[in-house]
Amino acid sequence: MPIEQDTRPLEEASPENAPESRHITSPALKGNPDELRDLEAGLDKLQSDANRKAGIDWTRVILPVAALLVLVLAWQIYVALGFKRQDQVPGPLDVLSQFGSLWAEGKAQEAILTSLQRGVIGFLISVAVATPLGLILAQVQPLRRAFGPLISGLQVLPSVAWVPAAIIWFGLSDGTVYFVVLMGAIPSIINGLISGVDQIPPQYRSVGKVLGASRIQMALQIILPAALPGYLGGLKQGWAFSWRSLMAAEIIAVGGTIGFGLGSLLDQGRTLSDMSTVMSAILAILFVGILIELLVFAPIERRLLHRRGLLAGSTR
Amino acid sequence: MPVVLDHLGKRFGDGAPVLDDVNATIEQGEFVALLGASGCGKSTLLNIIAGLDHPTSGALEVPSDGAAFMFQDSALFPWLTARGNIELALKLADKTGGTTKASRAARAGELLELVHLGGAGDKRPHELSGGMRQRIALARALAQDRQVLLMDEPFAALDAITRDLLHDELERIWKETGRTIVFVTHNVREAVRLGQRVLLLSSRPGRVVAEWAVTEEHRTDAGRAGELTGTITRRLREEIRRHAN
Repeated sequence: MPIEQDTRPLEEASPENAPESRHITSPALKGNPDELRDLEAGLDKLQSDANRKAGIDWTRVILPVAALLVLVLAWQIYVALGFKRQDQVPGPLDVLSQFGSLWAEGKAQEAILTSLQRGVIGFLISVAVATPLGLILAQVQPLRRAFGPLISGLQVLPSVAWVPAAIIWFGLSDGTVYFVVLMGAIPSIINGLISGVDQIPPQYRSVGKVLGASRIQMALQIILPAALPGYLGGLKQGWAFSWRSLMAAEIIAVGGTIGFGLGSLLDQGRTLSDMSTVMSAILAILFVGILIELLVFAPIERRLLHRRGLLAGSTR
Repeated sequence: MPVVLDHLGKRFGDGAPVLDDVNATIEQGEFVALLGASGCGKSTLLNIIAGLDHPTSGALEVPSDGAAFMFQDSALFPWLTARGNIELALKLADKTGGTTKASRAARAGELLELVHLGGAGDKRPHELSGGMRQRIALARALAQDRQVLLMDEPFAALDAITRDLLHDELERIWKETGRTIVFVTHNVREAVRLGQRVLLLSSRPGRVVAEWAVTEEHRTDAGRAGELTGTITRRLREEIRRHAN
């Protein structure tokens, strides 16, 4: 079976006698071109996902509403059992009517709008500052080593701790509020982006390099989109930190040129020992948080994961 | 311009050399199959030719514009559609800004047609089968418009029917585009099927120890192709058995 002339020592195979011939594959392996085209098209059809278009999934609406109803009902039953004085633990209806009168006065709208506006502006500034910083830190090793621990530390430090300092520096002004919000949100967005970059499969960088990406192209066209799921996680957390820091700042720093936000409303309820107002403010803070998650982050996240084929089998 | 490997060596740190004294010349327009057992440094050699890694000794001559690369798994970017992946490659390859968005879109369309996936351009990688992803990856590699195309076991993870199809497709595209192709594989049949020349790389250290020309005769006569495959397989096994003791 061994065929002598098939094995040639290295020296003989000079480029000159490298075969001129273009390929003609052995007939056993080759069909006619049209047949192959059909075969290929058939395989492509069989192996691609059929497009599925889903309508509105009502369980997304019904289930959370049902859960809410159960909780409110439990609350009402607890109040009806009368373990505590009504003015210390008001029932859901008391809180609702108090919120109604705050709304009628225009106070509720003012507080929600003021806080929401500050939260959103503070958050957007944080994103604009944290994104380039995070990209640079993730890409430049000495900087990462130098500042990484500090950024992680800042994320652990409760941003309320900045309130006294901010009041001394900026007085009772919006500056104080924004400073505290930025100190809360920026580190967590940076950290989210860095961990997103750390989780990029190394092959993407190799591909980028082979495709001839410059440093900036690599960062913007490959690293940033590849890190997007982690980055989005960082943004969500950044928003949560913004919102919390904002409430803390509004509760502590009242008066001056600082407007009337949800935190101020909460503090006002405390000074007046008006538990219904306190509960109204707490619930308003909670619902704003839920609404932002449901209306802004959840759809973006779902879309992002779906497009990358990462949603299959998840409970989202 | 040929690719010339001249006494090329590579070692990682203080370890034993992965590649040692590798010599080979690959002519322009040639299709060379680089054959070796797993772990013989084939991929390292390919990475060196691609400029992803550097040799520790010897010299390397590649065309100045570098080489296109196709990976074992398609390595398509999941956030882009099939067409988007190709367009990104066109954009990154364009250093002078000489192309417009429209011209890149048109070129991406042509490349999709070339790999017979004209209708799948708007699909995302996860919606495509493994074979389709590799065809998109091939189109992306061709989008770089470089003379040399390096392929690192690109069909290893595919089923037999798809692999046969892609062999035909690659051969057709090679003829149409006249690229120089270095195709790494551990599959002897694949090497004989595709290569004009088969280079056998030994293991630890990697070195070119034998080479065979695949002639016209082997392509028209299945029996002769089988004989050549047998010969090469025996030589490869011999090479692997050397490491048993």
